Amino acid sequence: MNDHAKPWTFLTPALIIIGVFFLLPVVAALALSLTDFDLYALTDLHNLRFVGLDNYIDVLQTPLFWKSLLNTLYFVAVGVPLSIAASLGAAMLLNSPLAKLKGSFRTALFAPVVTTVVAVAVIWRYLLHTRYGLIDYGLIRLGLDPIDWLGDPHWSMPAIILFAVWKNFGYNMIILLAGLQSIPIDLYEAARIDGASAWAQFRHITLPSLRPVLLLVSIITVAGYFQLFAEPYVMTRGDPLQSTVSVLYYMYEEGFKWWSLGRASAIAFILFAITLLATKILLWIGQRGEASA
Amino acid sequence: MICARRPRWIAAAAFVLLAACAKNDPNQTRLKFWTIGREGEVVQQLLPEFERTHPGVRIDVQQIPLTAAHEKLLTAFAGDALPDMAQLGNTWLPEFVSVGALEPLQQLVDQSAIIKAADYFPGIWDTNVIDGIAYGVPWYVDTRLIFYRTDLLADAGFSTPPATWDEWATAMAAVKQRQGEGKFAVFFPLNEFEPLLNLALQQSDPLLKDNDTLGNFQSPGFRRSIAFYAQAFRNGWAPKMSNTELPNIWDELARGFVTFYVNGPWNIGEFERREPELKGRWSTAPLPGTHGPGGGAAGGSSLVIFHSSTNKQIAWELSEFLSRVEQQEKFYELTGDLPPRRSVWESPALAQDEYVKAFRTQLELVKPTPKVPEWERITDELAHMQERVARGGEPIDQALKELDARADKILEKRRWMLAHRAMQ
Repeated sequence: MNDHAKPWTFLTPALIIIGVFFLLPVVAALALSLTDFDLYALTDLHNLRFVGLDNYIDVLQTPLFWKSLLNTLYFVAVGVPLSIAASLGAAMLLNSPLAKLKGSFRTALFAPVVTTVVAVAVIWRYLLHTRYGLIDYGLIRLGLDPIDWLGDPHWSMPAIILFAVWKNFGYNMIILLAGLQSIPIDLYEAARIDGASAWAQFRHITLPSLRPVLLLVSIITVAGYFQLFAEPYVMTRGDPLQSTVSVLYYMYEEGFKWWSLGRASAIAFILFAITLLATKILLWIGQRGEASA
Repeated sequence: MICARRPRWIAAAAFVLLAACAKNDPNQTRLKFWTIGREGEVVQQLLPEFERTHPGVRIDVQQIPLTAAHEKLLTAFAGDALPDMAQLGNTWLPEFVSVGALEPLQQLVDQSAIIKAADYFPGIWDTNVIDGIAYGVPWYVDTRLIFYRTDLLADAGFSTPPATWDEWATAMAAVKQRQGEGKFAVFFPLNEFEPLLNLALQQSDPLLKDNDTLGNFQSPGFRRSIAFYAQAFRNGWAPKMSNTELPNIWDELARGFVTFYVNGPWNIGEFERREPELKGRWSTAPLPGTHGPGGGAAGGSSLVIFHSSTNKQIAWELSEFLSRVEQQEKFYELTGDLPPRRSVWESPALAQDEYVKAFRTQLELVKPTPKVPEWERITDELAHMQERVARGGEPIDQALKELDARADKILEKRRWMLAHRAMQ
């Protein structure tokens, strides 16, 4: 065996696994999105037709697709900043020298991440219930009107966002906590001697030092939040008035309710393109910030 | 032997597996039966008798929630994991027939001493027949008709429920006038296609044309139906609301928010349970038609046997057992689901119930919805169309043209396949 072949020998097993379990399905899905694969084709492959880009054109002309895209963008635009703010807040509290019982708090705040969506969604449905829910009970005690969280098309998405943020903030919290711990303490000491306020310290030391970590966290969160599915699937089934239909939920309905697997694959690739674009924009913003800093 | 050299844990695992298998008597036949919703809970009370008369047979009932049933059944078909038999909504039947998942039952029906097609309401039986072959046995039925407040209708000057569309329109106008601002005569939930569909099925014009390959929504019949439906909103007889905006319709009927409500038989039980103080002040009536009761959609669930089953004989015997008159009577008592056989309706429990009487009249007149797999998707478009007309005031001509266009598009593959098949 010559030196050239050696690395390949080591790489082959991994490459085979990636090829079979990642590359092949992606290529198959791409091929599927160019056909009208449906229930008829499932029974008899003679019923399969190559339709070129028709699925893509068709999806882009469907009002429900645009509605689902708007719903998803709403979820991403509100959910991601809220989620990162919650993670950062929690991480800073945990990092504070005044905090006691750090270990148990860290575990408790991380716990929602490792729970199953379906199980906690059941509990959240109780919390959000109009008549028996703890949240509306609190609102009434505060003298506010109760909100029909999951039945009112204006409140259903905020309810889903609330649930998703609670469920996910712990993950980013751990990453940000690691970032915070790597900021040298001398910087803060020097700032304090110069008389910088807590806000100024946060603004000029914490945030700039966390920039690469924040960029990473934003990219992971944006990509994750674009794939909103389990929350509306379990909590609202896309209702009321299709206000919680996300792109992925729409794809699921096309694929598994109507069995238009060709169309469903096309939606998947459109979502992929959108997510890729969003990530590129984030990276561009991150790089520009670095250049100007 | 190779086995002797295997490590001990494999032997232990094998032992556990064997112990688990021991429960599975090789002489015992296990019949897998999937049910949807509450019926699955109730049917288990009927099964011990069947198991007693069929030694060596065990029925495994698996309940599937309605919201997941369609996906689960189709996925099971795609993955070759279907049970022996199932309860299937009769509007789903054409889809499963078209993919060849169901066992044709016509021959078994012809020979059966228990299941006699003539005893079933013709419209209901027809939903199970595709190209002259029966693929399912009706288990219980569903159709939509009027629930109404007798006292409020009497206040408006009518002692009997309306029997024709004209009478209904007159009654709605009178009720609205008497009840005044903030109250309404009728509730047609805008996200439910059923009320409009039931009215449209009364017409002689079919909903789809050309061998069910094109939409026929611009026909005079459908035009009449949507015109009747839309006028209720235009004249302020019906609130522009969906059922999510009015989640507890029984309370709303009790406080007179609406006087008429078009819905299915399970509401009888809901009414009796939720609004006991309303007793004597509400009733049911067949859906009005052009000249007297006009009928509606033949809905409900059927018992089907899957083509892949290896226990078809036992599955058929269970279908027969559940179709027996005395089992159907018990099933009605347990669920309130209306039976599809006329002879079961002779039983005192049904014959003397004033609320189900109207259903009996209507069931003789019900018609199946178009028997194509695409129909469910077309009803989705139907619901969107009616909401645009009722809520947004879209002109009917334009809405129907659009609906036909969308139906044609959904049916495109069906047209292509039929043309393709004709060429071969």
